[in-house]
Amino acid sequence: MADTIRFLKPREAVLSRRAAIIADLTDLLPPECLVHEARELVPFETDAFVSYRRLPLAVALPKTTAQVAAVMKYCHRYGIPVVPRGAGTSLSGGAIPQEDAVVLGLSKMSRILEVDYANRTATVQAGVTNLNISEAVGIDGFFYAPDPSSQLACTIGGNIGMNSGGAHCLKYGVTTNNLLGVKMVLVDGTVIELGGKHLDAAGYDLLGLVCGSEGQLGIVTEAVVRLIAKPEGARPVLFGFDTSEHAGACVADIIGSGIIPVAIEFMDKPAIEICEAFAHAGYPLDVEALLIVEVEGSEAEMEAMLKAIVEIAGRHGVKTVRESQSATEAALIWKGRKSAFGATGRIADYICMDGTVPLGKLSYVLNKTSEIVDRFGLRVANVFHAGDGNMHPLILFNANDPEDAARAEEAGNEILKLCVDAGGCLTGEHGVGIEKRDLMRHQYSEADLNQQMAVRSAFDEDWILNPSKVFPLDGRPAA
Amino acid sequence: MQTNFTLAQLADPHVAESEQILRRCVHCGFCTATCPTYVTLGNELDSPRGRIYLIKDMLENGRAADEEVVTHIDRCLSCLACVTTCPSGVDYMHLVDHARIHIENTYRRPLIDRLIRNLLAAVLPYPARFRTALGFARLGRPFAPLLKRASALRPLGAMLDLAPRSPARASDSAKPGTRIPEAGKRGRVAILSGCAQPVLDPGINEATLRLLARLGVEVVVPEGEGCCGALVHHMGREEQALDFARRNVDVWTREIDKGGLDAIIITASGCGTTIKDYGHMLRLDPAYAEKAARVSGLAKDITEYLSTLDLPRLEPKRLNVAYHSACSMQHGQKITMAPKNLLKAAGFTVRDPGEGHLCCGSAGTYNILQPEISAQLKARKVRNIEATKADVIATGNIGCITQIASGTAIPILHTVELLDWAYGGPKPEKIPAR
Repeated sequence: MADTIRFLKPREAVLSRRAAIIADLTDLLPPECLVHEARELVPFETDAFVSYRRLPLAVALPKTTAQVAAVMKYCHRYGIPVVPRGAGTSLSGGAIPQEDAVVLGLSKMSRILEVDYANRTATVQAGVTNLNISEAVGIDGFFYAPDPSSQLACTIGGNIGMNSGGAHCLKYGVTTNNLLGVKMVLVDGTVIELGGKHLDAAGYDLLGLVCGSEGQLGIVTEAVVRLIAKPEGARPVLFGFDTSEHAGACVADIIGSGIIPVAIEFMDKPAIEICEAFAHAGYPLDVEALLIVEVEGSEAEMEAMLKAIVEIAGRHGVKTVRESQSATEAALIWKGRKSAFGATGRIADYICMDGTVPLGKLSYVLNKTSEIVDRFGLRVANVFHAGDGNMHPLILFNANDPEDAARAEEAGNEILKLCVDAGGCLTGEHGVGIEKRDLMRHQYSEADLNQQMAVRSAFDEDWILNPSKVFPLDGRPAA
Repeated sequence: MQTNFTLAQLADPHVAESEQILRRCVHCGFCTATCPTYVTLGNELDSPRGRIYLIKDMLENGRAADEEVVTHIDRCLSCLACVTTCPSGVDYMHLVDHARIHIENTYRRPLIDRLIRNLLAAVLPYPARFRTALGFARLGRPFAPLLKRASALRPLGAMLDLAPRSPARASDSAKPGTRIPEAGKRGRVAILSGCAQPVLDPGINEATLRLLARLGVEVVVPEGEGCCGALVHHMGREEQALDFARRNVDVWTREIDKGGLDAIIITASGCGTTIKDYGHMLRLDPAYAEKAARVSGLAKDITEYLSTLDLPRLEPKRLNVAYHSACSMQHGQKITMAPKNLLKAAGFTVRDPGEGHLCCGSAGTYNILQPEISAQLKARKVRNIEATKADVIATGNIGCITQIASGTAIPILHTVELLDWAYGGPKPEKIPAR
């Protein structure tokens, strides 16, 4: 197992009381809502950042906000760390527990509570999957816009924790732009509500603070999200290029000309091959770089936008342009793109970076990324949200070779630093988790970090919520 | 994902195979979303990813199975929805097969569980015994509610509930012999009579035989053929399953040598998934590996075979058919369009129920061994089917037919019964008169 990233030393006072804690939790929760047998804890030791693993003390799977509140109140009283978990799809280790922590999983709270078309909102429990919302309202012509590639499985609670994005966020914004309210359990078990069905709430915008706080300010149990009417039509178009530079420059030119398609996704040759093998979407295999550009609207709107984009692509030497011919084909194009990370498992283990860079620097960063990965003797596949500069180099390695794994991690760190140095940031949508925690000082000054930590302390003085994440372990305020 | 096996462990071909399967998994979690038990129970332990992890931990540590692991593996329907969903190509089917064998070999189940499993394994695969047992079940039905009060006895109650109200009429569809087509001869196939299906609903293979005869296909019902082995295979009883497989491989190989076979026709997709896997199941048996692979290559679902015959398009019939794709059909064999295209060509209006990827809860003996989860899945399936407002339901697996029929008033038939009717056969009794 990789071991460069450290976790906090487990609290001795908690470990020594394990039996008593489990007995107490047994009183607070129905039997099917508590996992504590040694064997059964193992599957909760990690998430999709599978290089790192820590067994939790117990797993609580509450069914109601009241049960969440009861568990929080109890853990707060005894200083027991709590690690929130949605579907465990985090790529930054956001849901990886630690030996003294109770995992608080929201997977049993997966109902859609109310759909209100007049106000264009859905009120959902935090454990509902992202895609379930769009599926539930799709028949009536609506959808929920942010679409992380893991949207089939990931939960809205997790999306709020990481302020998740997705391919279609170029036009519609990320989670924070589509979230109107939450019900949240504070660290001491108090239940509060922030926002509601309106666009702005009186007082401080605490909702904006909560979104992206990686489970460190409280446990969101319900959310009010914005619904959007589906466009008349939508069409993904494939643009193939001979070099990544040309594709990258084309993206910058499209956005720079004032055109905002719904999505501009980038895949390099290795990524194209991986995705095609899984989805059989008809991606061109004879190009070095591929852009999936989706336009939407009426037939005339799509035609006009497409014409302008084709013209720009022509200036960058586009080699092939292919429009999807049917809804089935369009679905396959997206299925391939959204399964890219998992499909990579067919050829290698991987870690996925999430740096975001200014569009003008796309080609530069892509080239430098290749150099870095070459230097470490590794391979890389690039598949990412090009329209908003959110890069996802997948560094391929062999998890059964510890040296290879260490090299992959080191190369990843260099790539993230490169993104920051190019004027971007460490994470576009996956969150800091443990993965990028120790790079936070590369992004922020001490003053910046101290202010963020002061906010965290205001919500959770003893730092029991997801404690090993986000902030470097040294330099934290003394508890 | 990383694995941790010693070279000594990897010398066992089962472990070596599982290790390769585990290496493919990247723990992305996509499989959780389409898993019927995860969707129902909301616990990672009852998801494919959780089970993969439990199996990995058990195998890596070379541990005997224990109650915790068994509980969660037992709850797996083997519906294989996860295999359809998995972007990484994790072969969950063979991993869970291995886990079930490991459980059977290393874990002693509680007495009543053991007895019930022994009973199922001793009765269901043998048509004569099963027929007799159903007679007793009809007598025992009044006791079902009583049995369901004790949790250990609930499977017995479920068994009684599932037994048909009246015995199926006598049929000679399973009688060995060769059916010569009415006119011409465009092919020669063998048909699997199977074990439970001819007892529960002989009409399915009768319809198949009639239809194939009219289409000019010679059909052999071979002497000596029996249960495909799926039932005991899913209980982890490997030797018994392999015995069934070897027997059928012998029978079909004889037919292949005698007059050649274009296909081995299967009308229960649950059996089809297993027969298509004979090549894999017997890969380590030098005397059978090659023959079994040939048999697996010839195995075809009836709708797969009919799709090769270019049936004519017929006038619309104004009958709305909800097509329920059995898990063994859509996930196990990846047959998704063929049955629907055949029904449409035959003039039926085909409707797709929502959440079509979710299992109906039948899953072999699952509705007997896991009655609570099975009942929840049945209710959800029936709700989705009834929402289509269909006149009838079509599907390709006897298990689903029995399960869904016990939850709805909409008639449910095998796809081939509708096709036989459309192409000149008698109207199935289950079709409502209007």
